[in-house]
Amino acid sequence: MIYDLLIAPFAEFDFMRRALVGVLALGIGAGPIGVLMMLRRMSLAGDAMAHAILPGAAVGFLAAGLNLFAMTVGGLVAGFAVALGAGAVARATQMKEDAALAAFYLISLALGVLLVSLRGSNVDLLHVLFGTVLALDDATLLLIVSISSLTLVALALAWRPLVLESVDPGFLRSVSRAGAPTHLIFLALVVMNLVGGFHALGTLLAVGLMMLPAAAGRFWTRELTALVGVSVLIACGSGVLGLLVSYHSGVPSGPAIILVAGGAYALSVLFGPVGGLLPRFLPQRHLEA
Amino acid sequence: MGNVLAFRNLTLGYDRHPAVHHLDGEVAEGDLLAICGPNGAGKSTLLKGIAGVLSPLTGRIEGHIAARDIAYLPQAAEVDRSFPIDVYDLVSMGLWRRAGLFGGISRADRVRIEEALAAVGLEGFEARPIGTLSGGQMQRALFARLLLQDARLLLLDEPFTALDAGTITDLTALVKRWNGEGRTVIAVLHDFELVRGHFPRTLLLAREAVAWGATGEVLTPANLAEARRMCEAWDEDAPACAPSLKATAAGRAA
Repeated sequence: MIYDLLIAPFAEFDFMRRALVGVLALGIGAGPIGVLMMLRRMSLAGDAMAHAILPGAAVGFLAAGLNLFAMTVGGLVAGFAVALGAGAVARATQMKEDAALAAFYLISLALGVLLVSLRGSNVDLLHVLFGTVLALDDATLLLIVSISSLTLVALALAWRPLVLESVDPGFLRSVSRAGAPTHLIFLALVVMNLVGGFHALGTLLAVGLMMLPAAAGRFWTRELTALVGVSVLIACGSGVLGLLVSYHSGVPSGPAIILVAGGAYALSVLFGPVGGLLPRFLPQRHLEA
Repeated sequence: MGNVLAFRNLTLGYDRHPAVHHLDGEVAEGDLLAICGPNGAGKSTLLKGIAGVLSPLTGRIEGHIAARDIAYLPQAAEVDRSFPIDVYDLVSMGLWRRAGLFGGISRADRVRIEEALAAVGLEGFEARPIGTLSGGQMQRALFARLLLQDARLLLLDEPFTALDAGTITDLTALVKRWNGEGRTVIAVLHDFELVRGHFPRTLLLAREAVAWGATGEVLTPANLAEARRMCEAWDEDAPACAPSLKATAAGRAA
């Protein structure tokens, strides 16, 4: 019974095994990225970045059809242009990064819509929007796994300045010039993970696997390392559970995965021991000191 | 001992409006210097200039000291108090010069961190998330971080604002200890009693230097009244400052 429910889908079908590898790799990369985005108050920046990637991927799709390389390059170019442009404007002028990002992604989005409509064809961009986690070929899987590996290595190297810049940007500026390059590297990692994610989940939902686990994790721990661990667990768990839900009930897998992550978030809000709703309303006597 | 810093016709400001105007003077190695003056006198701006956060509009700061030997505690430290990090990790950031991007924290470094926490009276606070600290405890933690930075020149911007008497006494003792070790300390302060009691030299600033020298001779009623008078408001239609234009032109010609 439990075997049929949890194991059989993966044991019997190759496409489910591929999807499993894909979502696990995505979760491992997206977990720490999402935590850092949340702590750097960039929770909504990921959403903006996803919109920025969409036109790039669409242009790649229009130019070369369902071509992994063209869509990836298109997404990366559009994402990097927006992230680096907004980051550079925020650092060089008085404009705050959120405003610069909004400006840049809207330009990118409008440009994308313009290009797509000029082409005039009635192309099906649904899979760019919602991904195809159940149809990951070898090349796509390799791309996703490479991006996750690169993300972990880059984060390990840049962890100290990334954390320091989040806690006390003024202090980092006073002791080091590492702040600006570190931030740009981080933005690049965000773009790469979104591009990796859109093949499986679609451009817009890819952000969900970053932000929902991080936001849920905040209700379980006050400690940074643990927060990253919890986020990765929730992201990977949502991936697996979402695939199973999608398999058994026949709903699209991308939204199913993100909705499971959403469920984890809702449970965390309700029951999380760190500032959750229920613990707040439980009668507890205050301590002596 | 020589000079750590020399200001040469230094003008610092924002959007071409000077906040520190044509300042000349030197800070000797081992000085314990207070910067006093009304709000808007350019005190914080001057520290930003020394710290290298703000570039001069004209003139220059001659620093006979490497940037890495300067520790700067801004007026409102930009610490994100909601970040999930504990006091120990916050304080250990002071080892950046030693550890840098990738360096490890050695056993000797851990002893230094413990000593710094003890020196500011925060033993037992190591594992506390920084979000749970009071204002005074936070300032003590930032002082512990300064201690670990082991800098030759310390810039403190209103380090005692909104602190109780006990904390101010403890932290003042720490500042004097640093100075006793031969470090140069420049602190922006508003409490004249504190300045008279502990800081031998004072710069009274009101955009320009009103007086600079021994504290007793600087903080006179006449000088303080003069400082208040000179600190006029930002003028949107102020004409370009002639000497600075000439200096810029000369700089271009040269």
